Amino acid sequence: MSEAEPHVRVEKLVKIYGNRTVLHGVDLTINRAETLVIIGGSGAGKSTLVRHLIALERPTSGNIIIDGTDISSLSEVALARERRRFGMVFQKYALFDSMTCFDNVAFPLREQTKLSERDIREKAMQKLKELSVDHAANLTPAQISGGMAKRVGIARALVMEPELLIYDEPTSGLDPVTSRTVDDLIEEMREKFGVTSAVITHDMVSAFDIADQIAMLIKGRVVAQGTPAEVLDHADPSVQSFIRSSGVDASRFAQRRPRSPSEALAEKAIARKRARVADAK
Amino acid sequence: MADAPENPPQGLVASLVALTAPVREAVEEVGTVGDLALRAVVWALRPPYRLQLVVVQFEFVGVQSLFLVGLVGLFTGMVFAVQTVYGFRRFGAENMVGGVVALSLAREMAPVLTAIMVAARAGSGMAAELGNMRASEQIDALETMAVNPVQYLVVPRLLAGLVMVPVLTLVFFLVGLGGAWIIGIKVLSLDPGIFADRIRTLIQPADLMQGLVKSVVFGVAVTLIACRHGFYASGGAVGVGQATTRAVVWSVVGVFVLDYILTSLLTPVG
Ligand SMILES: Nc1ncnc2c1ncn2[C@@H]1O[C@H](COP(=O)(O)OP(=O)(O)OP(=O)(O)O)[C@@H](O)[C@H]1O
Ligand SMILES: [Mg+2]
Repeated sequence: MSEAEPHVRVEKLVKIYGNRTVLHGVDLTINRAETLVIIGGSGAGKSTLVRHLIALERPTSGNIIIDGTDISSLSEVALARERRRFGMVFQKYALFDSMTCFDNVAFPLREQTKLSERDIREKAMQKLKELSVDHAANLTPAQISGGMAKRVGIARALVMEPELLIYDEPTSGLDPVTSRTVDDLIEEMREKFGVTSAVITHDMVSAFDIADQIAMLIKGRVVAQGTPAEVLDHADPSVQSFIRSSGVDASRFAQRRPRSPSEALAEKAIARKRARVADAK
Repeated sequence: MADAPENPPQGLVASLVALTAPVREAVEEVGTVGDLALRAVVWALRPPYRLQLVVVQFEFVGVQSLFLVGLVGLFTGMVFAVQTVYGFRRFGAENMVGGVVALSLAREMAPVLTAIMVAARAGSGMAAELGNMRASEQIDALETMAVNPVQYLVVPRLLAGLVMVPVLTLVFFLVGLGGAWIIGIKVLSLDPGIFADRIRTLIQPADLMQGLVKSVVFGVAVTLIACRHGFYASGGAVGVGQATTRAVVWSVVGVFVLDYILTSLLTPVG
């Protein structure tokens, strides 16, 4: 693993807006088929960082190398080609409000594939069902709740089954049960399709649950990157105080990891079944 | 008070700088609009061609402005007829009214007022819609789904401006003539035969050409300026509001400036 080139490599990324430095030389790597969880306080620059990964922002200086290509220097057209392999779940949903939820999810399929309208319908509905928002298919984003909009946004990002998925707070504003469903989906994408993910979250339970690696961003600097266990044991006092104040039960997570993918899936299947049984009652 | 003597030069410099701010802003405006125009042209030529989006914008710019433009055209024609009759009666030339109204409608009134109506109605709508899409990350979402936002959002609107503003201008012209006719014939009892004859003899193909050229340029300018302000809006709901205001203000200013330039280029005087 140490010899392999990481899927994503961020080198000395600096971003300055006007006279505000938002990112102060961030270094970060994400290995193929792994999930990197980015945690850190509000305004630390997490969204700004991930927006660079899909070239929605251009770095003031530094490089973003994905699959060996420095995407910060690509032309508009070359970038469009690269982007077919990325997906993003936006913090503010970013659903097209001129379309129904179904059309939102079908949108990338219509734009980027040559699938028949029938296949598109099937795929999009299937994803909406997986996120249990299929009943909202014919509603517009203005007619649904924030939590539902979030799930439609996730469905839209997942439907293309991209190689690199970026989630900006996928579980914020969702109830705990739905949050776990989303966590499961993130893991499932990785296990089934080998997707590489970057997940921003304030939800420390899901952070330690889904992460292969955790990066902690404080005021535009990565103060820690490592496995969940490494981050838990990190010596830096700011890391310690962040974790303590988030109320994560360190012993519990230290025990649970590592585990094999199949174990994890089996565990989840049982948990889901329990939830369904409980719902039915 | 003690340092009052030192202050005036500073104040003067400051206010001079402040005075040049709108000029600098205008130059920047031309730059960004020009840049957006270039990108729009490049992306318009590149497939895929999304006909359906173009149809939607044709509808929005053209069909939905039709009534408004017709209404303004009618009253403009009527007002112009009354004023011209009033003036021309003084030297017994009221029979020229039809021709003179037609001439000013074709060369000035129809293209300029139509463009301003489109800026107020469709332009503000475009700026608000695109501004909202920017604020809610929808434009970013398009980009991440490998859809070029200029191609997807700006090109259809630009095409709608390019085609529909000339069409609306023609409507304005015809309805305006109708208004002048009503006033001239029905109210002021001018001779219909002479009224129509003067229109025919006074109006040259060059006059219609000037109206057409102006309306095409205005149509492109108004939609581009509206798209530019919406597309690059920043700062949440407040930013969207500002973008909408600026879009309308700058497109109206742009129409008058372009009108002068085109008029002096297309009108042989002296
Ligand atoms: N386009 C911009 N122009 C100027 N400043 C910006 C811009 N985008 C972000 N910032 C600033 O950068 C800082 C980091 O913002 P960012 O959205 O990345 O934070 P975040 O870590 O995602 O926070 P949150 O957890 O609240 O979403 C903020 O202070 C913000 O004001
Ligand atoms: Mg954020």
